[in-house]
Amino acid sequence: MIQVLAFYLFAGLVIASAVMVIMSRNPVHSVLWLILSFFNAAGLMVLVGAEFIAMLLVIVYVGAVAVLFLFVVMMLDIDFAAMRAGFVKNFPLGLAIAAILLAELFLGIGAYSAGGVELGTPDGSAAQGVGQSNIEAIGALLYGPYIFLFEVAGIILLVAMIGAIVLTFQPPKPGARGRQDIGKQIARRPHEATVLKNPETGQGVEL
Amino acid sequence: MIGVEHYLVVGAILFVLGVLGIFLNRKNVIVILMAVELILLAVNINLVAFSAFMNDLTGQVFAMLVLTVAAAEAAIGLAILVIYFRGRGTIAVDDVNRMKG
Repeated sequence: MIQVLAFYLFAGLVIASAVMVIMSRNPVHSVLWLILSFFNAAGLMVLVGAEFIAMLLVIVYVGAVAVLFLFVVMMLDIDFAAMRAGFVKNFPLGLAIAAILLAELFLGIGAYSAGGVELGTPDGSAAQGVGQSNIEAIGALLYGPYIFLFEVAGIILLVAMIGAIVLTFQPPKPGARGRQDIGKQIARRPHEATVLKNPETGQGVEL
Repeated sequence: MIGVEHYLVVGAILFVLGVLGIFLNRKNVIVILMAVELILLAVNINLVAFSAFMNDLTGQVFAMLVLTVAAAEAAIGLAILVIYFRGRGTIAVDDVNRMKG
């Protein structure tokens, strides 16, 4: 009973917050609704025993992607009111396309539920063993048969990181204050940086 | 009892909401990127649901790959947005015609 209740709570909240993401006037609010949406999607995944993906969703999306969005939304000084223009004009077309898509997807789900579609059954090689935790089973898969997929994921992230840095990097202007000239620093020698003096007592030093 | 169909319905609705978001906020790139994230979340829900109900963890491994691609896409998209804003002072999609595409 509680599973049904939890499912409908999470499902209702994930859909409601997704509606708020696309409807809200202020993009900052949109990001916050997106975070709520991801939390509830993580709840949905915990319900079916996919704890590791649920935790990844919270860590990666809420911890990284949503913060990135918030950062960009707040950093750019944008007139968001002007962005809303055309919202009403696009509404009928968007709604029509969304209705068509939804009808198609429900048709597919209905056809699947009606049976008769043979998807094949898993061979059990990737099944979660009895008494095995979710993360243990995923780890065995990820570092076993799917090791190359895992490495490709790493390369994708590396390329994305380098790309983002290269895109947004601004080289400092030459001669700007506080700029380090590393070559000059390394080329310095003690004899040109220090002077030896032997001053008379009470005479002071002129440098 | 909750079956795989329930999860598929949630995923379908989420996917359609993402597409609707792209249509409704045609001027605001940031909200469009968020709508794309919603679409990818719907894909992930479907993958995890099938993986759980067929007792085959491959779906969850692929959900992880989708997650990776979504994060990379968000980072690159926002980086492009930042440099575009630096050059033009606006991010209105209608003005993006420098390449005359």
